[in-house]
Amino acid sequence: MTRWIGKHAWNIGLAALLAALLGVTKLIQPEFGVSGVESLTRAALPFAFATAAMAVVVIVGGIDLSVASMMAVTGVTAAVLMQHAGDGSSVAVTFLTLLVGVAMGTVNGSLVVLTKVPDIVVTLAMLFVWEGVALLILEAPGGAVADWLMAAVVGGLGGVVDWVPRALILMVFCISVVWVPIKRSRLGLSIYATGSDRAAAFRSGVAVGRTRVAAYAVAGLFCALGGLSLTMITGIGEPVPGPYLLASVAAVVLGGVTLGGGRGGLLGPIIAVFILRLIRLMLTLMAVDPNVTTIVEGAIMVIVVMIGGLLTLKGRRR
Amino acid sequence: MSVMTAEEREAVPLLDAKGVSKSFGTVRALSDAGLKVNAGEIVALVGANGAGKSTFVKILTGVLQPDSGNVTIRGSEVHVGSPAKARRSGLVPVYQEPSLIPDLDVRNNLRLSDTPEGPFLNWVNELGLRGLRLDDMVGHLPLATLRILDLAKALACEPDVLLLDEMTAALPTDLVERTLRVVRSQAECGRGVIFISHRFSEISQLCHRASILRDGATVGDLAVRPGVEDRVVEMMLGAGVETGAPVTGVGHVARPRGTPRLEVEGLAQGGKLSDVSFEIHPGEVLGLVALEGQGQDELFEVLSGLLRPDRGVILIDGTPVSFRHPADAIAAGFAYVPGDRAEALLMERSVHENIALPFSTHLGGWGPIRLRRERASVGETINRLQIDTRARGAVRRLSGGNQQKVTIGRWLAVGFRMLLLFDPTRGIDVRTKRQIYPLVRQLAERGASILYYTSELDEVPLVCDRVLVIFNGCVVATLAVRDANESTLVRAAYGLSPRDACGG
Repeated sequence: MTRWIGKHAWNIGLAALLAALLGVTKLIQPEFGVSGVESLTRAALPFAFATAAMAVVVIVGGIDLSVASMMAVTGVTAAVLMQHAGDGSSVAVTFLTLLVGVAMGTVNGSLVVLTKVPDIVVTLAMLFVWEGVALLILEAPGGAVADWLMAAVVGGLGGVVDWVPRALILMVFCISVVWVPIKRSRLGLSIYATGSDRAAAFRSGVAVGRTRVAAYAVAGLFCALGGLSLTMITGIGEPVPGPYLLASVAAVVLGGVTLGGGRGGLLGPIIAVFILRLIRLMLTLMAVDPNVTTIVEGAIMVIVVMIGGLLTLKGRRR
Repeated sequence: MSVMTAEEREAVPLLDAKGVSKSFGTVRALSDAGLKVNAGEIVALVGANGAGKSTFVKILTGVLQPDSGNVTIRGSEVHVGSPAKARRSGLVPVYQEPSLIPDLDVRNNLRLSDTPEGPFLNWVNELGLRGLRLDDMVGHLPLATLRILDLAKALACEPDVLLLDEMTAALPTDLVERTLRVVRSQAECGRGVIFISHRFSEISQLCHRASILRDGATVGDLAVRPGVEDRVVEMMLGAGVETGAPVTGVGHVARPRGTPRLEVEGLAQGGKLSDVSFEIHPGEVLGLVALEGQGQDELFEVLSGLLRPDRGVILIDGTPVSFRHPADAIAAGFAYVPGDRAEALLMERSVHENIALPFSTHLGGWGPIRLRRERASVGETINRLQIDTRARGAVRRLSGGNQQKVTIGRWLAVGFRMLLLFDPTRGIDVRTKRQIYPLVRQLAERGASILYYTSELDEVPLVCDRVLVIFNGCVVATLAVRDANESTLVRAAYGLSPRDACGG
């Protein structure tokens, strides 16, 4: 039991922090309730997918700066193709969009592995490339999205569980369906092994290159989900990338994934997304100047990560 | 030992490598290396520092591709493309560096390499490791345990050929015994073993043949029988190298009077170091002997300013000091050479920069560097230690022995009063060892005080004046070198000496 707690200490701490923040929000704004949580979750949805994408790449020991751009490409792809599509073909379009995401991720990963150019350089270049592609597909915000997709993210589940937001279910479902089987498989092990110590992984017989490409491809898939969710929320395609890149890095770090790779999971970063969104909401409710808001967010991130670092250090000394 | 006849052995070599060559840019690491291992045979692969051993091992295990030559396993030519392929074709290596993933637990590490759990645990038991849990995080385990796990993992794969690269270097004595026994029984089952070690005693105990590598070529293949060591050393070093005159001056230093250079009283740190007191005089080499993890690491870290002691006093020339930063220790003339060279060196930077670092940085100053002075003293150091500078651009590409010379050399260039050597000959070839011993004596004669921790007991009479034995964080014996024979030291190191004030 204590071992289990020790292993999941970071996630437990984050969950406690989130619960405390929810309590404080309720104190600040007594009306904050089911609908507040619903809109918070909906707003968090694209951030959660972007963070999942970033987390996978960081765990394998890399980084992907083109996350937001890939979301833009997939978002506009879906919006353009669905403009005149019926319900049936919109399902096909959804799958096509996911494939586009995987393809983009594979391109990123292959370039990183084959050219041996540092990942930060390759994906910075791809940030511009995918941004251009998104603008080629759709010059100005536009397009449309199927009604059933829009309905999937709005409101609660209905009945006695109406307080559970649909967006949350969608988020948990999509991320689990992709990540849980991977994590249980040899691919998942290889991803962690490669991120932890690439040379040792190679010596243990891990196909390091293929593993890295696969991790980028999974990240591409999460980006596609992120792009889709963005289109589902707004109802249109937006070719200019949103603020998802830096937000995802922040959530990954706060979520307990080491930037060197090999450590952490997806649960922590997702909780961290909620924490960061909630802090922003609280500051808005308290009518804090939006410019001060970003300062506070940055400060909180540094403080939390620092406290976490000190606690682990202390735990190791003992 | 083996029941096979010579003909049968000749018939099917398990592993046969011929004419292997490899160059890195202009540096020719291997020119004509070869190795043959028959069933039931343990072959030692020996070679001096920079002879190309590491490269040859990497080629055999598929980490590197050879430029020419071929490697056959069980008579069929294999194109070993990666460690995974080498493993499938029956050659399983245990590398010098642990190949377990630090951020995964033991169970997941086994899964990663498709190692069956049952046989693995049997071998762990057989090798004498107790109290291992499969959900232990590998990164939290001590180095010696990792080596045993690496070996158990390799054995559980039931390899045709087992390659052990410096397997015993980081192991305490009792685990070495068990390891050698297991390796021997593997050979008796008909497996082939390639054994790489710098310890001749192990080679003569264990191996049937020794294959000698010099300057990138295989120069000899000798049957191991009593007295063959000299011949092996001769072939390793080539003609014209003196085969090691005994180091003079050891123990002749009369017990010095006056203020000691360093006095340590009641030093304690964390749970590892509980009560250590000793003194070193100028011109003295004080040996330090201990089993793995008895507090020697902490002692060195405290003396070099890396850790702050909880209790105790450190006096230099009679004045108490406290180090808040390694720079304080360096300023006080304390030079530390850590056991792990990677901790001391800037692996990606040049030999020149690595040597120049401590005196050019000038303890935190950011001003201009006096380049001419720097070049002169670096050049002098390189000459004095005969550092092989063919790969001077990045220290990472030097051989282990040359890296160690750089780590020691940087302190020669700055000058010091007290040298802290932590196992300076670990994983280093004979030739470099024989350069290091006289160097240590020479430095002492010029007035430096030296604290010399060693994991090899036979080094003690070669360099030390007195020996300190620590056990469980306490000093349990202090002996003059003439009284320090191997059995006394071993008894003391195991906490069996009469003065066992430090009950476990």
